[in-house]
Amino acid sequence: MTPSRTAFAAILAKDLRAELRTLQSLPAMALFAVTTFVIFRFGLDRTALFGSLAAGVLWATLLFAAILGINRLFVAEREEGGFDAIRLAPIDRTALFAAKAAALLIYLLVLEAIIVPVFAVFFLDSAAALPPLAGVLLLADLGLAATGTLISSMAVHSRARDLLVPLVLLPLVVPLTIAAASATDPLLAIGGPGYDRFGTWLAVLGLYDLVFLLVGYAVFDFLLED
Amino acid sequence: MYGKGLRALSIATVATISLGFSLVFFYAPLDADQGFIQKIFYLHVPLAITALVGFIVGGVFAIAHLRSGDSRWDAYSYVSIHMSVIFGVAVLVTGSIWAKASWGHWWVWDEPTLVSFLIVFLLYATYYPFRYAIEDRDRQARYASVFAVTAGAFVPLNFLAVRLAESLVHPRVFATAEGGLPGSMRLTFLVCLAAIALLWVTLVKFELTAKSASGQVKRLRRALDAPAASGQSRIAPEVS
Repeated sequence: MTPSRTAFAAILAKDLRAELRTLQSLPAMALFAVTTFVIFRFGLDRTALFGSLAAGVLWATLLFAAILGINRLFVAEREEGGFDAIRLAPIDRTALFAAKAAALLIYLLVLEAIIVPVFAVFFLDSAAALPPLAGVLLLADLGLAATGTLISSMAVHSRARDLLVPLVLLPLVVPLTIAAASATDPLLAIGGPGYDRFGTWLAVLGLYDLVFLLVGYAVFDFLLED
Repeated sequence: MYGKGLRALSIATVATISLGFSLVFFYAPLDADQGFIQKIFYLHVPLAITALVGFIVGGVFAIAHLRSGDSRWDAYSYVSIHMSVIFGVAVLVTGSIWAKASWGHWWVWDEPTLVSFLIVFLLYATYYPFRYAIEDRDRQARYASVFAVTAGAFVPLNFLAVRLAESLVHPRVFATAEGGLPGSMRLTFLVCLAAIALLWVTLVKFELTAKSASGQVKRLRRALDAPAASGQSRIAPEVS
């Protein structure tokens, strides 16, 4: 393995192990999401959801739950001096970006593995839409991991960390939300999943992922300099 | 040193704006469909184009700052974005007036151009709290540049995504290639675009001059060991 790949694997393993031992982010994210579903149940006064309303509830909840995790993504690095260690280590700094984005991607996938079935049980009539929905979720998670890692690494050095992440991230993920919700909407329509312009929206999601992974790769070096 | 040529530039701007508005009111014909209200088009569209180009220019300056580490580029980037945000407010206001007059509503949600612009505007509005929250000046400049680059990449992507959720309410004047706009209207529009772009450049230059002057005053004060004047911006970068 090349040095940067070793570094990537080491940082990722460290993050996952820390999360497994402390369980700081994931349980809170899942609990928050389930509670938000209950809030929507009473806020909208609906017991079943279809189409755009279902897509909206799912994506709004996912985004807000993701922000909880994104807020905490670099906290250990900041508080325990991990940034200094990375800076001292003779490795490519983008390994940190890649590892953190991968960790966030795994958190999001695990989160969805928990809450999407809960969503289906709460609001949906059938589980037929879930397999194609998994593809949408995966593509959206990639983009969210890229932008989330970038914004989190910037916000962690500021005074108003918890405030900045939602403030800056939400407008940034609007195109992602448009594409993801538009792809999900026909999938959850009454009378079984539909695939109206499904490919177009997946392509938009893919483009978003590509652009922000490249931007993150290009600018992340500057965030670690000191 | 930023003040050089400012007077000539200001005069050119005032002259072009006067010429543009005279053309709007005395030369360009009334629109057959929309009548007089269509004339706000000569203000609204140039403002929108200038603001969007200004955001991209801010991103380009930010790249220059990241590559060279020269804090002057950061000041350029900050002032460009700052001015474009102000222009953005004007775009939203003039756009709303036009929408009310021609579509009957102050805001129309299924209209991609409006929504895209609002999202871009909201993103850039977070530039200030973001910058303000980082105390260390070098880091502030660097992170603000990274923000400007990221947001610059976001602008076209956002327009694509929103446009795909398509609707054709917003007039796309140049979309119909030749013949979309009569010659007299096109000339008026181009003069107005030049006027607004010049206004943007002039205001950017004024702000840079003001910042450079206040930075110099601050340095002189420090040299004299006098207390700094209160009420100066903590967000804005210093210009040397």
